[in-house]
Amino acid sequence: MDAREQEFVEYVQSGGQVETSDWMPDDYRSKLIRFIEMHANSELMGVLPEREWILRAPTLQRKLALTAKVQDEVGHAQLIYRVVEDLGKPREQSLADLISGKAKFHNVFHYPTKTWGDVGVIAWLVDAAAIISQKALLKCSYAPYARIMKKICWEESFHILHGRDVILTLMNGTDEQRELVQEAVTRWWAPLMHFHGNPILGDQDPMYVWRIKSQSNEEARQQFLDGYVPQIWELGLTVPDPKLRKREDGVWEYTEPDWDELKHVVTGHGPKTAERLDLRRRFLEQEAWVREVVLAEAA
Amino acid sequence: MTVAVFEVFRQEKRGAAFAHAGSVEAPDATFAQAFAHEQYGRRQESVALWIVPRGAIHAVTDFHDELEKTYHRVDGYSLKAKLKEARERAGTATP
Repeated sequence: MDAREQEFVEYVQSGGQVETSDWMPDDYRSKLIRFIEMHANSELMGVLPEREWILRAPTLQRKLALTAKVQDEVGHAQLIYRVVEDLGKPREQSLADLISGKAKFHNVFHYPTKTWGDVGVIAWLVDAAAIISQKALLKCSYAPYARIMKKICWEESFHILHGRDVILTLMNGTDEQRELVQEAVTRWWAPLMHFHGNPILGDQDPMYVWRIKSQSNEEARQQFLDGYVPQIWELGLTVPDPKLRKREDGVWEYTEPDWDELKHVVTGHGPKTAERLDLRRRFLEQEAWVREVVLAEAA
Repeated sequence: MTVAVFEVFRQEKRGAAFAHAGSVEAPDATFAQAFAHEQYGRRQESVALWIVPRGAIHAVTDFHDELEKTYHRVDGYSLKAKLKEARERAGTATP
C-alpha cells in the first residue's frame, strides 16, 4: 500500500466520506462495486419470493401492500444500480453478470416461499436482518451510497410493520395458522443465521477496513438476535436452536451455523437459484423491445 | 442513442429548500420526470422536484481562505474578555 492509499485508509477509518469525483484507490472502487452491486442484485432478486404470493395473498389489502413492497424493492434496485453505474459499471453489465450467475445475491433469496407464513416471516425477520445491515450503511465511507440508504431505510421500516402485522394476524387466528408461522420460523432460521455472513473479524474483512461496512458481521448478527429473538418468543413461537440463549454479559450464544451451506447457496446452488435466475433472464429478454422502442423514440 | 443521467432535487414541504435526492437514468427529460416522480415522490415525501441534466451542473469545490478573513465570520469576534473589562469599568460586573 503506497502513502496515498495509506492516507485514504486513515481518512475513511476516521469517519471521512468519499464522493464520486474524489480520487480513490482501485481496490476501494472494485470492492465498492462488488458490494453495492450485490446489494442491488439482492433487491431485484428479493422481490421474486414475494411476487409469487401477490395473487395468492389472502385479502385485497394484503395484495396491495405486497405489490407496494415489491415496487419499493425494485425501486431500491434501481437506485443502487445507479450508484454502481457512477462508479463505472453499467447497469446492463450488472444485469448480464447477474443472470449469467457470475454475480451474487443474498442467501435468503435462494430459498422457496412455501406458505403465506413464509411471506410474513420474510417481511418481518428477513427485512429486520436486512435493515440492521442497511442502517449500518448509513455510515458508509462512500457518501452517495450512504445518502441513498437513507431513503431505503425509510421505506424498509414500513415493510417490517407490514410483516409484523401479517404475523400477528396469523398468531391471533387458528391453531392451524399459528402452526403455519411456527413452520416458517423453523424453515427460515438457518438462512437468517447465515444472513450477516461468517463471523470474520472486522479488521480482517476488507469491507470493514475500507469502512464500506461500519460494523462486523457478528456485531450485526448479535444486534439481530437481541432485537428479534425476544419478539419471536413473546408470541409463543420457538426457535429451532436448543443452544440459543443470552449470556449474562449480553452476548447471544447459538449453535454454529453451517457456513458451507451458506457458501454453497450463494455460489448459485440454492434450492431456487436456477429457477429465479431463469425467470429474471426471461423477463429481460421479454422486455428488451421496450428498451429498444424507448431508446429509438428518444433518439 | 444512449441514456443520460439526471440529478433529482426534492422539496419536502412548501417553503423548504430543495435538497439533492439522487439521480435517475433516462433517455430524455420526459422519461426522467416520470422516473423521478416514481422514485422520489410516490409516497407523498415530496411536494416538488427539480430534474436537471447532470451535465448542466457546474460544481465548485475550492474554497480557500489564505488571508484568514475572520472579520467576516462570527468566529472573528471574541467579545468575552472585552465585555468583562467594560463591565468592570462601568461597575456592573457580577462578583
